[in-house]
Amino acid sequence: MNNLKVLLNGIVKENPTFVLLLGMCPTLGTTSSALNGMGMGLATMFVLICSNVVISAIKNLVPDMVRIPIFVVVIATFVTVLQMVMQAYVPALYATLGLFIPLIVVNCILLGRAEAFACKNGPVASFFDGLGIGLGFTIALTLLGAVREFLGTGKVFGLAIVPENYGMLVFVLAPGAFIALGYLIAVVNRLRKA
Amino acid sequence: MKKLDSSLKNMLLSLTGFSVVAGALLGWVNDVTADPIAEASAKTLSDAIALVVPGFDNNPAESPEEVEADGVTYKVYRATKGGEFIGAAVESSANGFGGALSVLVGFDAEGNIIDYSLLSHAETPGLGSKAADWFKKGGKGDITGKNPGQSLLKVTKDGGEIDAITASTITSRAFLQAVNNAYAVYMEGETDASSGASRQAEAPAEVSDTDASSSATLYAHPSDTASLNNQKGGDL
Amino acid sequence: MEYVLIFITAIFVNNIVLSQFLGICPFLGVSKKVETAMGMGAAVAFVLTLATIVTYVIQKFVLDPFGLAYMQTIAFILVIAALVQMVEIILKKVSPSLYQALGVFLPLITTNCCILGVAILVIQKNFDLLTGVVYAFSTALGFALALVVFAGIREQLSLVNIPKGMQGMSIALITAGLLAMAFMGFSGVDKGLAVLFGLG
Repeated sequence: MNNLKVLLNGIVKENPTFVLLLGMCPTLGTTSSALNGMGMGLATMFVLICSNVVISAIKNLVPDMVRIPIFVVVIATFVTVLQMVMQAYVPALYATLGLFIPLIVVNCILLGRAEAFACKNGPVASFFDGLGIGLGFTIALTLLGAVREFLGTGKVFGLAIVPENYGMLVFVLAPGAFIALGYLIAVVNRLRKA
Repeated sequence: MKKLDSSLKNMLLSLTGFSVVAGALLGWVNDVTADPIAEASAKTLSDAIALVVPGFDNNPAESPEEVEADGVTYKVYRATKGGEFIGAAVESSANGFGGALSVLVGFDAEGNIIDYSLLSHAETPGLGSKAADWFKKGGKGDITGKNPGQSLLKVTKDGGEIDAITASTITSRAFLQAVNNAYAVYMEGETDASSGASRQAEAPAEVSDTDASSSATLYAHPSDTASLNNQKGGDL
Repeated sequence: MEYVLIFITAIFVNNIVLSQFLGICPFLGVSKKVETAMGMGAAVAFVLTLATIVTYVIQKFVLDPFGLAYMQTIAFILVIAALVQMVEIILKKVSPSLYQALGVFLPLITTNCCILGVAILVIQKNFDLLTGVVYAFSTALGFALALVVFAGIREQLSLVNIPKGMQGMSIALITAGLLAMAFMGFSGVDKGLAVLFGLG
């Protein structure tokens, strides 16, 4: 399989949010604005690429019966590295995303890719798989964040598009997250049929 | 290379091996990032202090005084210029709609409010966060330049003179409560400030645990939300 | 009284699924039938309470004294994974009937982010052990409540004609949104109770 195909596969055909429906907690919990959604997507992408590459590199050193705990250790290590680096250099973003950063560990996308792709392919292909899936996740989160931010406050990426008083606050709150994602998935379903 | 068998020896070896490598890596990264993390949180604090009490030349963030009143601990950061006292930033909090709302208020030497900075809150996103600008200069509920000892800092609904944030009276009340508490603590400190030499001497000892509260605020949950119903209906 | 307040707040006001967005995967995945939803809810309640106690002890007696707080994420997830395995083995031996009811859900629980999430929250909120346990158990009850109610709605929903593009996850999410909106009606209840109990 060539790498470009692996990359596009992650963004379009196996988009983790809209098609595979994985990693719903951060998808709903961190997308109150486009910027937060993008931050979360990029953070997940970083961990995903690192864990994919490392897991595919060490796959022959890992006995089958203990592969899951070892994959979890690899993922958790990178999550912790990410936590410390974010705390040091982007404390404001770290504060906004809060609990959802350590919770990347239990994001099904990561273990799912380790099992489905990284432990069967080489490090280079795994890198592109991580990049593709990560980008697919980031795009989906940014899109959802933008839709919620626009409907909720009339802004996108903090830029006012319509006056704030026209915003429907509910879209920034919890119910709006579920509803906006529900409609986005319906739209994506419709587009995929066409 | 051939894949390792799942024999007990192999499993133990690889589990231990990877755990040790992971542990060592994390220890190293922790070492490298410890200083930048401390710097980052110190910088956030000193930036906030510089905003609310501008013009000092000491380092107020370094030696806060902790004042306890009604079981709540307040932090007072005293700002001096050329050795002369010019004011202080007081970290204070009150219970808002969704949880604690904490604010850093700057006072000049007479007790007038210079400026404030909203440190953290758990109010309804999009409504409560308006408190970050609403009470500033040019905002509808401007409190800058006022002295809580002379003017009544309460929302108009409670007989005060400050306009509450539209549809967020509870948040506004909590905010003003925090400001008034800060003022009370500040003035209490001022009356015996002349005898404060001994207090200042012991202040640096408290530095080590100053970032306990700021790290707690780092985890303010993004989806700590309050009721739409109440915000639109009951909270008017 | 403080515990009653935590109990009610965690179940209704800050429902773990509908307002905190934790545990969404099982919420959407295991909610097609009321019966399975109840099984999952019970399994989560059991593991969550146990995991909170164990992680609390690890944090206070291992990580904190040795200055290893930065190992929190990695330590907690491994402990939770091991714990789930152990619960599975013990249940199988001790109570086969309970194992029959909960067994199939146990492997799914390791990756349920509300377990790790609550374990970390208890440490962050600086609860003592008893408060933490009450908080964890109430949170799990809130999870079970949301799951069972949602499953009930989805059972009815399967009998209705739904536009093609919205079938499956799309309509489920929109339903969950409406449910979340209904739960927002509870907010403020905690404030009222606090005043009532003389804690506010």
